[in-house]
Amino acid sequence: MAGKNSKKKHYRKKRTLELYSMLIIPILFFVVFKYLPMAGTIAAFKDYNIFQGLLGSPWAGMKHFKEVFRSHEFYVALKNTIILNLGELFITFPVPIVLAVILNEMKSEKFKKVTQTIMYLPHFLSMVIIAGIVYQVFATNGIVNNVLSMFGADTVNFMGDSGKWRAIYWGSGIWMGAGYGMIVYLAAMAGVNVELYDAAYIDGANRWKRIWHVTLPQLKPTIVIMTIMNVGKILSISFERPYLMGNVLVDDVSTVISTYVYSVGLQAGRYDFATAVGLFQSVVALIMVLAANWFAKKMGEEGII
Amino acid sequence: MGTTMEKKNSPFQIFLWIFFGLIIAVMLFPILHIFAMSFSGKDAISRGEVGIFPVDFTTEAYAMVFRNRGIVKSLFFSLILTLVSCCISTFTTILAAYPLSKSDLKGRTFFMAMITVTMYVNAGMVPDYLLVKGLNLLNTVWVLLLPGLISAFNLIILRTFFAGINKALFEAAYMDGCGEWKCLFKVAIPLSLPSIFTIMLFYAVARWNNISDILYYINDSDLYTLQYQLKLMLDTLNLPYEYGQVVQQITPENVKASTVVFSMVPMLIVYPFVQRYFTKGMMIGGVKE
Repeated sequence: MAGKNSKKKHYRKKRTLELYSMLIIPILFFVVFKYLPMAGTIAAFKDYNIFQGLLGSPWAGMKHFKEVFRSHEFYVALKNTIILNLGELFITFPVPIVLAVILNEMKSEKFKKVTQTIMYLPHFLSMVIIAGIVYQVFATNGIVNNVLSMFGADTVNFMGDSGKWRAIYWGSGIWMGAGYGMIVYLAAMAGVNVELYDAAYIDGANRWKRIWHVTLPQLKPTIVIMTIMNVGKILSISFERPYLMGNVLVDDVSTVISTYVYSVGLQAGRYDFATAVGLFQSVVALIMVLAANWFAKKMGEEGII
Repeated sequence: MGTTMEKKNSPFQIFLWIFFGLIIAVMLFPILHIFAMSFSGKDAISRGEVGIFPVDFTTEAYAMVFRNRGIVKSLFFSLILTLVSCCISTFTTILAAYPLSKSDLKGRTFFMAMITVTMYVNAGMVPDYLLVKGLNLLNTVWVLLLPGLISAFNLIILRTFFAGINKALFEAAYMDGCGEWKCLFKVAIPLSLPSIFTIMLFYAVARWNNISDILYYINDSDLYTLQYQLKLMLDTLNLPYEYGQVVQQITPENVKASTVVFSMVPMLIVYPFVQRYFTKGMMIGGVKE
């Protein structure tokens, strides 16, 4: 009996070792490519010198951070990041919710499916392609201007005007993101019991009342979470979208933190200063996400972490 | 899907058909317009005659694209890179997801926390760059394969799937003397092929579309991907017309359009497969422990 048990134990131990052996490469990956760079953020506190390397370079204390906060360009990038994200929050973010609620009223499953398939498509196109399409459609000799000129309007330089550029940034955000954004809401609504709708119908509730009293309460947790998380991400911005959509004429509104870090860090080679900018952004963004998560939990929702 | 009591051809349903018909039209219009431009004569384009159908049909723009050696070369490079990248990424993701799907693995919570943190915290562009530089990976193909090797998001999707496999199947395999490696290849992987295929597609789409790593780390035109070649080409052309008299646009509109279409086609070909799986994958990814 005892021998059998120890044999079983032996197998168990062997299996555990095998499981750990599978983890070696993945864990090595996370340590080297995700955690090692985090240690590299000490560059923000050093006077980086290419010849001495990261470890050999002398410490600089908070010097770079002080410079960041004195830098006019940094505030411009910060302001633009917040403005573009606020626009996304108020203009782009509600669209998929509304579309999903309306699409949910659709009876024909086939048409629903076709609509979804077409609306997801832009999510799979690269930012280069999307920016390329946007630039051609809104070019001074592009189709939008051609249509406008048929009505006698003057040529509008959409991509070269700060205000219009922002509008196009948000508008193209709707175009490329509305379908993808709908998924989470459609999934939440798929869980609603159809009998609830039928009961409301029999009770004489009209369509608006059914949406208001049956659909929206089911969507509320999802909407709350998504809103809070988007507020939490107000300082985070992707690199490719503003970088590829921007151009020299709209630099004053299209330069955001990510593109600023790219130009002072990787292009101008000021690694220490750019790391300080990036570190400031990551830390504040992380605090905001955690705060948002805490707030979501406080409101009785599930949170994400 | 609302009440079952409503008829399929009520006026409201007809309104919905029209409403979403319009939305589909708006979604597809820019893409169709680019297609039409790519097959149109450049004079027709500058006269503003092209809508969603080609005018003065010609394939000369495509002939120019195919004569551009940089673009054709980068197409092949992108195809191979994407294939290799999604295979090794998927394999390493499997290697991580399988052990972490075992609820009795010691240290599982620690490893999961370590991995999940990377979804919310990253070092930033410059420290990543300094690492790549320190490892002497700049201007090598490795920098396009390794830094994005595993996505925590895909890992969680696959782990959730592995965890859902009936444990009795593994027990039976253990009884037959199978070790964990054998269980992985004989039980877990064969039972999860659709999920594995899904994350493979996720990796492929991400690799295919990404240009920032080339922008950051690559300075050698042999390692330019198709999307990056497209970017380089559009870069010189995207400047709005008024920007100085120095930058005159010389490349015709139809060539720009056909380059965009050319780099879009591979994605359009795989899209039907991708979209079938991805909604499901997205939903699993949203579920946490």
